[in-house]
Amino acid sequence: MTATEQQTGTSVMTNVEAVRTTLHDALARDERVLIMGEDVGSRGNVFLITKGFFEEFGPERIIDTPLAEASIVGVAIGMAMEGLRPIAEIQFADFIYPAFNQIVGEAAKTRYRSNGDYTCPLVIRTPYGGGVRGALSHSVSIEALFYHVPGLTILAPSTPADIKGLLNAAIECPDPVLFLEHKKTYRSVKGEVPCGYYTIPIGKADVKKTGRDVSVVSYGYNLHQALDAANRLEGEGVSVEVIDLRSIRPMDKTTILESVRKTRKLLIIHEDNKFGGIGAEISAMVAEEALFDLDAPIRRLCGPDVPAMGYALPLEEEFMISTDAMVEAMRSLAKF
Amino acid sequence: MATTITMPQLGETVTEGTVAQWLKKPGDSVEKYEAFVEVSTDKVNAEVPAPVTGIIRELIAKEGETVPTGAPIAIIDEVVAPRQAQDDVSTPAASGSPSEQVAAPYATPTHSAEANRQGATDPVPGGNMGVPSASFNAPPSAASNGASALRQAQGDVRQAPGDAGVRTSPAVRRLAREHRVDLAHVRGTGDHGRITANDILAAAQAGPSAGVAATISADNPEFTAAAAPATAAPPRPASAKPTYGTAQPGELIPLTQARRIIAQRMVESKHTAPHAWTMVEVDVTNVWRWRAREKDAFERAYGVKLTLLPFFIRAVVESLAAFPLMNSSFTDEGIAVHRDVNVGIAIAAESNLVVPVIRHADQLSIKGIALAAGELIDKARRNKLGADDLAGGTFTVNNTGANGAILSAPILVPGQTGIVTTEAVVKRPVVRVDDSIAVRSMMNVCMSLDHRVVDGAVASGFLSDLKERLEAMGPTGSL
Repeated sequence: MTATEQQTGTSVMTNVEAVRTTLHDALARDERVLIMGEDVGSRGNVFLITKGFFEEFGPERIIDTPLAEASIVGVAIGMAMEGLRPIAEIQFADFIYPAFNQIVGEAAKTRYRSNGDYTCPLVIRTPYGGGVRGALSHSVSIEALFYHVPGLTILAPSTPADIKGLLNAAIECPDPVLFLEHKKTYRSVKGEVPCGYYTIPIGKADVKKTGRDVSVVSYGYNLHQALDAANRLEGEGVSVEVIDLRSIRPMDKTTILESVRKTRKLLIIHEDNKFGGIGAEISAMVAEEALFDLDAPIRRLCGPDVPAMGYALPLEEEFMISTDAMVEAMRSLAKF
Repeated sequence: MATTITMPQLGETVTEGTVAQWLKKPGDSVEKYEAFVEVSTDKVNAEVPAPVTGIIRELIAKEGETVPTGAPIAIIDEVVAPRQAQDDVSTPAASGSPSEQVAAPYATPTHSAEANRQGATDPVPGGNMGVPSASFNAPPSAASNGASALRQAQGDVRQAPGDAGVRTSPAVRRLAREHRVDLAHVRGTGDHGRITANDILAAAQAGPSAGVAATISADNPEFTAAAAPATAAPPRPASAKPTYGTAQPGELIPLTQARRIIAQRMVESKHTAPHAWTMVEVDVTNVWRWRAREKDAFERAYGVKLTLLPFFIRAVVESLAAFPLMNSSFTDEGIAVHRDVNVGIAIAAESNLVVPVIRHADQLSIKGIALAAGELIDKARRNKLGADDLAGGTFTVNNTGANGAILSAPILVPGQTGIVTTEAVVKRPVVRVDDSIAVRSMMNVCMSLDHRVVDGAVASGFLSDLKERLEAMGPTGSL
């Protein structure tokens, strides 16, 4: 980690490096920013995201906490309400449940409850998702558990450039943000990232590939598979548009509807299980707004409704959606 | 178990139905309540839902065949499978088990333009009036591609919910309406021949004749010229059918079911009833003033435009009471004078004519008639007329003046003795009883009559009576 970043051009990095450099720059740029969580200090985080931060920024800004998620978030809420910019880390999304009340019952309601006297500029980062042999307690997707909650922003970018822009926007945001990082993309996804400080507006989806025949909305690790699948289908003359949702709540209706009105067909792909997932909300929104543009039923390709991802490789593979399955779903919808 | 499906009775006065289109073929699976056949009766098409879930074993009645109500039209092998979400229809139960007669449930009129109705005033061209919409049949089992055992355990098998029985998508119906493309002429390129949105756009781009020509050219090379850009006329094959006239063939518009039925009935009427024709002119100045005085309040109160029609129908039913022979049917046993007075009103809906009926019009006030007629006109515009709205008329009124006509010779509805028209109301200088000349609103009333039933004396008596009643109506009356 070089303390002096170049300010122009781009550099290539992985998703995990994008998280690390963005956090580092934020700590260096704004002294109100601090990081707290399990093993973020001397251990430098389980993915080495905060390696060296403790030495560079000291124990008051890089705080190791006990294994107590409710306290991590609860304390961070207090700090945020009093003017600091805490970035709380939940080591794995699977451990977030004890903090549910603090996030939903406190953080998300702070501005409303205080009639605007207080805000809660808090970022909660957490790695989520499966496909890395993380088994029952290191594989879960939690977005649908939180996206019902007004007052809470949920971001799930999947490229390094989007991670940097949206993490900066999340730190700036005066209200609480749940920032989801798909752990399988940490080292498997690499891309160009603009140097220097920038933000990406919260609530904007991004058309990662344009197409004519089918619109696909996805996010996280699935997004990269969807792009692969769409590129494979180009050879068959099937033209698929791939939209990266990026911001789960607020949801970018405009981009999705524009795309669906063009292709008239929609496929939603997410690793989280189907029932009551993000895809259900997107489906409902499109059915309400664009019924008379649809030339096929809206389809969802999602994880199965089983309680968790198994450790055994066949079980994990069964849970994760294969790129082949995506190709097939896109092809059949295009043909419909 | 084999279930025999019989022709449903589509309305209380209906005795037969025509199989307009089978939506399923033998071997197809059908869900309970899923439409599997389109049946048409006089000017109405109805989709008939299946009474059981199963596999179509046999289609007894052919498309276009007319059978009496209660006659068997199909046999469905009922499938009694444990109903689980992830179960597709399994193999049919052994046939040869005791057979059961099931009348198909009462069907509702087809509205293929249903989904377009949001903000639409005009239905899909050819949407309802007897044009079978394109449909495709899903294969008996919609196996999902690469669905895993685990997903199956989750009930995720149905890759495409709603595949079975999908007919046209909302987008297709909307685009067909916007581009005025008749679905009956579009060849589907989607799964199982489904018409896709792109098919509609292609058909719209090709222009109206191309779609038609494409469907005809296969068996009639005569018409290929219409589809091809106008270059040299193609050489005429020796086997070509004769052309009609010597003009270059242009567009051939296939007969819709509704058009076919209208044609049949008009010919039937003209061939059976010797039509005689007569006319009176009526001074409608006073009734016109009365209407003008009431119309705004009426529309505010009831949401229905007050036209001259209800005043006219009121006068008609009073005259029918005075001349009951005009409200009758000629039969070989004798002249059947009807006790009920059910007045049909001819309405142009899309490209067809429908004649819904105001029942017991003689028991309604002017206001009651206005509301009943308003409802029927609204239903006609929205393609919502059911079989019972169209059955049982005993006399018909035709507002030909709506299109500016001042003289018409209408054709009788088969089985009726009289049909009267209301021609355009025109201001004319009129010589009054006291030899003064005044500008009056005049309207011609024409009548065609079945000369087997009545002669000139009764007909003229009826029309004169009607004229007197209309001229006596005025702003002092009550609605």
